[in-house]
Amino acid sequence: MLEIRNLHARVDGHEILKGINLTVNAGEVHSIMGPNGSGKSTLAQVLAGRETYEVTEGEVIYRGQDLLEMAPDERAREGVFLAFQYPVEIPGVNTAYFMRAALNAIRKHRGQDELDAVDFLAVIREKMKLIEMDDSLLNRAVNEGFSGGEKKRGEVFQMAVLEPTLCIMDETDSGLDIDALKVVARGVNALRSADRAIVIVTHYQRLLDHIVPDFVHVLVDGRIVKSGGKELAMELEDSGYAGLDKGNAGAEPVAAGTVLS
Amino acid sequence: MSTKTDATVEQWRQQEYKYGFYTDIETDSVPPGLDEDIVRLISAKKKEPQWMLDWRLKSYRRWLTMTEPTWPNVHYPAIDYQAIIYYSAPKQAGDGPKSLDEVDPKLLETYAKLGIPLHEQEVLSGIAVDAVFDSVSVATTYKEKLGELGIIFCPFSEAVLEHPDLIRKYLGSVVPYSDNFFATLNSAVFTDGSFVYIPKGVRCPMDLSTYFRINAISTGQFERTLIIAEEGSSVSYLEGCTAPMRDENQLHAAVVELIALDDATIKYSTIQNWYPGDKDGKGGIFNFVTKRGKCLGRNSHISWTQVETGSAITWKYPGCILLGDNSVGEFYSVALTNNYQQADTGTKMIHIGRNTRSTVVSKGISAGFGQNTYRGLIKINKRAAGARNYTQCDSLLIGDKCGAHTFPYIEVKNSTAHMEHEATTSKIGEDQLFYCSSRGLTMEDSISMIVNGFCKEVFRELPMEFAVEAQKLLEVSLEGSVG
Repeated sequence: MLEIRNLHARVDGHEILKGINLTVNAGEVHSIMGPNGSGKSTLAQVLAGRETYEVTEGEVIYRGQDLLEMAPDERAREGVFLAFQYPVEIPGVNTAYFMRAALNAIRKHRGQDELDAVDFLAVIREKMKLIEMDDSLLNRAVNEGFSGGEKKRGEVFQMAVLEPTLCIMDETDSGLDIDALKVVARGVNALRSADRAIVIVTHYQRLLDHIVPDFVHVLVDGRIVKSGGKELAMELEDSGYAGLDKGNAGAEPVAAGTVLS
Repeated sequence: MSTKTDATVEQWRQQEYKYGFYTDIETDSVPPGLDEDIVRLISAKKKEPQWMLDWRLKSYRRWLTMTEPTWPNVHYPAIDYQAIIYYSAPKQAGDGPKSLDEVDPKLLETYAKLGIPLHEQEVLSGIAVDAVFDSVSVATTYKEKLGELGIIFCPFSEAVLEHPDLIRKYLGSVVPYSDNFFATLNSAVFTDGSFVYIPKGVRCPMDLSTYFRINAISTGQFERTLIIAEEGSSVSYLEGCTAPMRDENQLHAAVVELIALDDATIKYSTIQNWYPGDKDGKGGIFNFVTKRGKCLGRNSHISWTQVETGSAITWKYPGCILLGDNSVGEFYSVALTNNYQQADTGTKMIHIGRNTRSTVVSKGISAGFGQNTYRGLIKINKRAAGARNYTQCDSLLIGDKCGAHTFPYIEVKNSTAHMEHEATTSKIGEDQLFYCSSRGLTMEDSISMIVNGFCKEVFRELPMEFAVEAQKLLEVSLEGSVG
C-alpha cells in the first residue's frame, strides 16, 4: 500500500530525512521508533503533506499513486490520516460540525451519500463509546480546552469515524496516563483490518504492549538503521538507542520488513 | 414609468415659478457641484413643503462652515464635493440592460455563488422591474398586510408628503443636522431612504427589507432613513443585500435614525457589500455613514447588527443613546477588509438613564493588505446609575500584510457602573489550516469554516435568511485571500 523510496526531506534548510526506505502492506501494523531529533515526526508530517517540509529527493507511492504530488486534503480524501502529536485548537468551530464536514468530504470523494446532522450522530454513537468520548466534547470547539489525554483520544476518535486506509500516528502515546493509553489502544486495535495499514511513531515501547506491531523500525539521524519484529522494541527498551548505534556501526541498514530472529 | 416622469417634470415645472429660480427643465441631468440652487432643485423635484427645504438650507449653510474630519485611521484621496452630481433622475424602464446576457459575467458569477435566485439577479442588474414580477407582486401583498396593522413602510420622500407631522417631530432628533460633516451634508442633499412607523403595541409580523420598498432599487448615495417604534411595539429591519452593488457615485453618506419609545424594540440589520475597488485598490465606494438609535422610553431596546464586507472604505459608528431607564443597546459587527479595503468602525453607547445596559461584540477580519480599525466609545454619564457594559472586540488576521487596530474609549462618570472589556487578536495559523486539510477539507472550506466560527456570535444575531447569506458572502469575499 505504501512504498517509500530514498526519501530525503528538509526544513528550514536542515536535512532531516536522509534516505528513508519503507514498505507497508495492507493489514500490517508498523512501529517507527527512534531518539529525539531522528526525524520520526518529520516523516509523519511529510507523508501527510505539510508544506513547511520540503522533499528534496525520493518518492512515495500510495496505492499506486504518487503521494508527493497530491495536496494534503487530496491525500486525506484518498484515505491517509495523520493523528497529530500536538493537535491544534480551532476556536469557534464546533467539533461535531468539523467531523461531519470532514466525513462528508471523504464520503463524497468515495461516491457515498453525505450525512446530515442526525444521521451523522447515529453513525458515530458506537465509536464514541469505544473511545469513551463524551457528548460534551463533541459540542466544544475543536480541541479547545481539551486536556492532553482528551486531545489524543480525540485524534483516535476522528480516525475511527473517518475510517482511513493508512493511519499514521505521531507519538499518540506521549502525555497519556495508563488508563488513557488503554482506551487509545483499544480504539486503534478495533481499527485493525486486512484493508488497513497502521504506522505508529513512538518513543516508548509501552504503547506497543497494547498495540502489538508486526514490524518495528528504528530511525536514527534520518535513516532507518534497523528493522525487526516486536522483539526489537523490547531490545531497545533494554539497551537504548545508543546501544543500537554502537552495535551497528558500519553495518548495512536492514531492508524493511525483514524479520530478525 | 415614462408617464410618471412626465407628470413629475410637469409639477416641478410649475413649482419653478413658485420658488423663482431657473434651471434647465428640459433635461433631467443636473450638472455636478453643490450650491443653494441645487439644494432647492432637489427639494423641488421631490415636491417638498417649505419646512423641509428650510431644514435642508440650514444644513447646507452649516456644512459650508465645517471641515472634513481627518482623525480616522483611513486614507483616501481628497473628495471634490463640486465634482459630485447631487441629483439624478429615477431610472427609466429602458435604461438598463435588456437581459442578463448584457450583464457583466463576473457579476453574474458572484450572484450565482451567493445563491441569488434568477429573477432577483435581474432586478439587481437593473433590468426593468415590470418585466420581471407578476401582476400581483410580492411587494404589493406585503404592503397590504402591513397596512392592516397600521404600519407605515414607505420611501422617506413619500413620508415627507404623507406624514409630515411624524417627520417634523423626529427628523434630526437623534442625529442633529449639525452632528458631523457628512451627516450635515446628508441633511442638505439626502435623496431617499426608508420611513418606518410602528403604532403602539404592534409587533411587525415580518422583517422589513429595503428590497421590498415600493419603488425600484435606486442606489443610495445620500440615503436618509427614519424608524419610529411607538410604545410596546417591535420591528426588525434589514438593510442591504449580499449582492455586490456598483454605483457611479463614489461617496455614500447615509444617515439612519431610530427612535424606540417605552417597551419598544428595534432591530436593525445591515449587510453591506458595496463595490470594494479592484485588487489594486482603485475605485470602490466610500461608505461614510451616521447611524444612531435613541432609546427614548423606559425598557426600550435597540440592536444594531452589521456585516460589512464591501466598500473601499467603511467609516461608521452605529450607536445608541440610552436615555430611558432600563434601556438596552446592542452592537454586533463583522467587518472584513481584504485587498486594499479600509475600515474604521465601531460604536458609541451613551448611558444616560438608570440601569441601562449595552453589549458590544465586534469581529474584525483583515486579509490581503486590508486595514481594519475598531473604534468604540462607552460613555457613562454622571447620573447614569447602575449602568452595565460588556465589550468584546476580536481581530482575525489572515496573511501577514494586513492590519488590525483597536481604539477603545471608556468614559465613566458614575461609580456604580460595571464595565467589562475583552479583546483578542489572532491569526489563522498555518497549523490550523493544515489540520483541516489533513481531514480532507479544501483550503477554501477550511478558511470559511474558521472564519464563520470566528463570526458565529454576530451571525447568530442576524435574521435567519440574512445569516445564511452572510456566511456565503464571507466565503466569497475571502476567495484568494490565502495565496
